[in-house]
Amino acid sequence: MADYQITDRVDITDVVCPVTFVKAKVALEELDEGDILSVHMNDGEPVQNVPRSIKEEGHQILKLEDNGDGTYDLIVRKVGE
Amino acid sequence: MAFTNEQLERYSRHIILNEIGVKGQKKLLNGSVLIIGAGGLGSPAALYLAAAGVGHIGIADADVVDLSNLQRQVIHGTADLNKPKVESARESMEAINPDVKVTTYHDFIASDNIMDIIKDYDFILDGTDNFPAKFLINDACVMAKKPFCHAGILRFGGQLMTYVPDANVPCYRCVFKNPPPKDAVPTCKQAGVIGAMAGIIGCLQAMEAIKYLTGAGELLTGTLLTYDGLKNEFRRVKLPKDDHCAVCGEEPTITELIDYEQAECSGISSDDYK
Repeated sequence: MADYQITDRVDITDVVCPVTFVKAKVALEELDEGDILSVHMNDGEPVQNVPRSIKEEGHQILKLEDNGDGTYDLIVRKVGE
Repeated sequence: MAFTNEQLERYSRHIILNEIGVKGQKKLLNGSVLIIGAGGLGSPAALYLAAAGVGHIGIADADVVDLSNLQRQVIHGTADLNKPKVESARESMEAINPDVKVTTYHDFIASDNIMDIIKDYDFILDGTDNFPAKFLINDACVMAKKPFCHAGILRFGGQLMTYVPDANVPCYRCVFKNPPPKDAVPTCKQAGVIGAMAGIIGCLQAMEAIKYLTGAGELLTGTLLTYDGLKNEFRRVKLPKDDHCAVCGEEPTITELIDYEQAECSGISSDDYK
C-alpha cells in the first residue's frame, strides 16, 4: 500500500532534454501544494537529471520506481505555490 | 492556456529559469509591446521579443528599407530593399515565431495618432532616431500612463532609461527638459554609428520589456545607463524625478502633445542616426 495518493501523472518519454524537465515542471505548476505527481520517464539521461532538477526547485522526491521495462515512475510531492 | 509540446520545446530555456517559469512565459505570450522605429534599435528588439514569444508586437515606421540601413538594421535583408520597413520586420518576426501576432503601422508617429496607437500595448520601446519623436513618445506615455523604454545611440555610444507611471521615477523630460537646438547634436548620418551599438542597446531595451511583462528583476527606472563601446564601459547615472517637470511634475505646463520641428538634416525618418 502506497502512503500517498497520486493527483496527476505526466509522461515525459516522448520528449528529450531539456523538455523532459520542462514538461514535468509545467505539470507541477498546475498542481496545488502537497499534491502528488507521478512522472513517467525513460532510463538514462532523464533518470539522471530530472529528479535532481525537480529537487533543486524545492519539491520533495518520494520514490523512484523501476518499472523493469526501461522506464521509471518518479513520485514527487509539490512544495510551494 | 496549455502549452503544446512544440511550445514547451521552443520556450524550454525560458521555462527552466526560476524567474520566468511557466507563469512568466504565459505572461509573455499574453503580453504586448509596441516598437516605434523599425531601424537600428527596433531591429534587435523586435527579433528577440518575437523569439521570446511576446504575443502581440506592434511596429511603427514610415520608411522603406535603404541600402545604408543594412549595416545595423539586422531585421531587414538585402532582398528587402525599398520595401516598407514594417513589412520587412513583420516577415522576419513571423518567420521566427508563428505564436506572435504582428501589427504594423506604416506611418509617422505624430501628436494626432500616437495616443490611439499606444493605447493597445502593455509596454512601448522608443527606437526612434530624432528628438521630436523622443519627446513626443515620452509625453504621450506620461499622459496615457504607459511604461516605456527610451534609448539612443550615436557613434560608439548608447544610452537607455525606463519610465513607469505612478512609480515616482523620472521621465525623459525630467532629465532632458527640451529638444536640443537644431544641429547641436549631429545625426548618425553625419556622425556615424557602429552597427553593433544598435544591437547592444536594442537588446537591452528588449530585456526591459521582458522584465516588465514577467515581473522578473529590476527595471532601469531612475537610472540612465550609458555605454561607451570604445572603452567597453557601462555607467549607471542615478537621476531623480523632477517635481517641476513640464509634463510629469506636480503642475504640468504641457497638457497637449507637441510636434517639434524636425532638424533639417535628419529627415523625419527612423534610420538616419539610429
